[in-house]
Amino acid sequence: MQVNGYKPLIVAFCCNWCSYAGADLAGNNRLAYPADVKIIRVPCSCRVNPMFILRAFQRGADGVIICGCHPGDCHYTSGNYYTRRRMALLFSMLDYLGIEKERTRVEWVSAAEGAKFAATMNDFAEKVAALGENKRLEDLRCKK
Amino acid sequence: MVKVLLDKLDGLFAAIAQKETLYIPIDTPTGAKYEKWSDGMKMSDALNTVRSPKDFFFPQTENLMEFKTEGKKIEIIDIRRENEDFVLFGVKGCDVASFDVLDKVFLAEPVDSFYKNRREHATVVSLACNRPHETCFCGTFGIDASAPGGDVVCIKTDDALFMDAKTEKGEKLLSLISEFTESTDGKEAADTAGVIRERLKKLPLSSLSAEAFGDGKTSKFFDAPEWKELSQTCLGCGTCTFVCPTCQCYDIKDFNTGHGVKRFRCWDSCMYSDFTKMSAGQPRLTQLERFRQRFMHKLVYFPTNNNGMFSCVGCGRCINKCPIQMNIVKVMKKLGGTENG
Amino acid sequence: MQKIKREALISRASELLKNGTVDRVFGWKRGEFDYDITPALFHSADELEKDFVWGSLCGANFSKYLVKEAAAGEGKVLVFLKPCDSYSFNQLLTEHRFPRDKVYAVGVECAGMLDAAKIKAAADGLSAIRETENSVIAETLYDGDIEFKPDDVLAERCLNCKSKKVVAFDEMLGENGEADASARFDEVEKLEKMTPDERYAFWQNELSRCIRCNACRDVCPACTCEKCVFDNPESGAENKAAADSFEEKMFHIIRAFHVAGRCTDCGECSRVCPQHIPLHLLNRKFIKDIDAFYGDYQAGEEVGMRAPVVNYTQNDPEPGDVVGGGANG
Repeated sequence: MQVNGYKPLIVAFCCNWCSYAGADLAGNNRLAYPADVKIIRVPCSCRVNPMFILRAFQRGADGVIICGCHPGDCHYTSGNYYTRRRMALLFSMLDYLGIEKERTRVEWVSAAEGAKFAATMNDFAEKVAALGENKRLEDLRCKK
Repeated sequence: MVKVLLDKLDGLFAAIAQKETLYIPIDTPTGAKYEKWSDGMKMSDALNTVRSPKDFFFPQTENLMEFKTEGKKIEIIDIRRENEDFVLFGVKGCDVASFDVLDKVFLAEPVDSFYKNRREHATVVSLACNRPHETCFCGTFGIDASAPGGDVVCIKTDDALFMDAKTEKGEKLLSLISEFTESTDGKEAADTAGVIRERLKKLPLSSLSAEAFGDGKTSKFFDAPEWKELSQTCLGCGTCTFVCPTCQCYDIKDFNTGHGVKRFRCWDSCMYSDFTKMSAGQPRLTQLERFRQRFMHKLVYFPTNNNGMFSCVGCGRCINKCPIQMNIVKVMKKLGGTENG
Repeated sequence: MQKIKREALISRASELLKNGTVDRVFGWKRGEFDYDITPALFHSADELEKDFVWGSLCGANFSKYLVKEAAAGEGKVLVFLKPCDSYSFNQLLTEHRFPRDKVYAVGVECAGMLDAAKIKAAADGLSAIRETENSVIAETLYDGDIEFKPDDVLAERCLNCKSKKVVAFDEMLGENGEADASARFDEVEKLEKMTPDERYAFWQNELSRCIRCNACRDVCPACTCEKCVFDNPESGAENKAAADSFEEKMFHIIRAFHVAGRCTDCGECSRVCPQHIPLHLLNRKFIKDIDAFYGDYQAGEEVGMRAPVVNYTQNDPEPGDVVGGGANG
């Protein structure tokens, strides 16, 4: 994925039970999504601590997306409901600090939604690529 | 001694800035701070900057060296560079004296080359304090705010700045700006210094004495019962140590950049729970011990190791900034056992 | 100017010490100057008479000290609670951070606290601060007396006082007031109306002054972790210095996030910041968002409330809807 010559690095936190399986299905079905999406598997989307997201940006991510089971379908009953609250507050805070809101996203992707996974990643990567390099949450020490 | 009229000060700053980087204290809505001079900047009349000028020689963080890793190869990169010459303008007597304290630490063997490099390239222009504050107690440590140290010593009167070079570096700086200055017998400056000295005498903390402290007093104060009460409500934050011009403790850490390592040092605070943490843990387990460390260091350990020099200069920053308003003056009075320490 | 006088607090505290209800008292201790008042423990009527002070410069919130102090002694400790302190008190009780039966709480009517830093900024060489009915007078070393209108030197948190109501007390000195949190989001709204670039520039400027002294965290009654993630070498996030502007943002985002839903908006963080960073604007953003997304919530209003960040409903809004970044939005 490239916009104006910029290839973004995307970190995708995917829950083990739905979204990671969704990514798998996308692969099995040979649905293309950008190779610059790096998936980190987590037991549940609510495992993602705000620090994980900031750390990802620090280490050079241009966008961070969190994928979990659809609300109501959480393997642990309610994990993704907590994710929904936390990330709403966190993303709103990042926006408040002037950090582009298009760089963060939460998406619910079930194990059956391989197509949705690929489409989501394509769309997200395109939007992040249009923003260009992450300048506002970068750590200059980590630049090559 | 020479003098420069205050309305010529802008030109003088411009002339210095043409040759060397010039830093002056300026006012901001949240207090005074040092800033690299640029056209139109006015020197602050504030007594103290929020952060002390120790930043110029001993910055809060600095990289010391870098490592690059490629496969199994490690490359060590020396990032030291010769510092550029710079002028630090308007440093108050207490802060100038703090450089002497820092020198004892960083210029003693083994010499700290990062610190030395900056120190050697700096010309310090000091300024007498026309209006010392109620929180000032530099006199307690033998510092005269009407006659500060430095390469060039300045006294400001209503219409002029009197400048007196004390070192070769100072002479060099004055020769650089000779077109703005005129020679003077310095009578007005001496008069102003006299007024300042009278003011210093009348300050509420002018009678504070450090006599009870100093070399060899460790056993007298180490187990004093007063530490408990003094440290009882200390939050353990690092405000006092970070605004202090003489606090010089630091930590050295490695930062993993993902493709190498940057070894850096940063200020540390004896108030922190992980200060001087070693493999066996932190030697000072309670806030009482950490609190005691800070004041014993300033009032007893440092003079013991440095011919009686205290590592406090009485600038008053901790009095202004401590979140719970505990400070060295209260400690000295309580431990000294008298109204005056 | 405070309606309740110092003598009233001292006499009540002395009585409670004498009749054995409490064996120590948390109070504000006189310093070198009118403004350098230290939180301290008092053990006798004599000590109180000598050094206890109460007035408009007694800003410190004692609630957090109870985490260590309440269980430390045999008997009860007396604590004076201003309205904002009482919310922190309740919040700590909700989190089971100290035993209620070891504390005797006396609520004190509060007329708002002065910000000594504001007075100092305008009064060079401040030798004394006096208060009259309608003014604050600063005595200075060189410029004589300077008179202020109280509102001009009031602490920020008191200008936007959320409540004059003491919500937790065993007894009350003075009259209890009402909660009124209507004005406190004005500044947050101003920021929200800016463009992202302006907001970024605003926070960049504010946070770049941070010296990482951790005073905001250490004074915060909601920050009571035994070991903070930023002090723990094993956490991977430990840092003693803001070595890069990223670290400043990370520290302040995580600090504010960690107390989101538990922050009572007592304003201590902004009061103690040596660099005058408006940290309350981060906390209030979370409070405002929580109110908007999940319904009005005031931490510490009652004991036992479930904080919104550890709660959910099935119909909560999606992050993409409220922030506007996602495909759902």
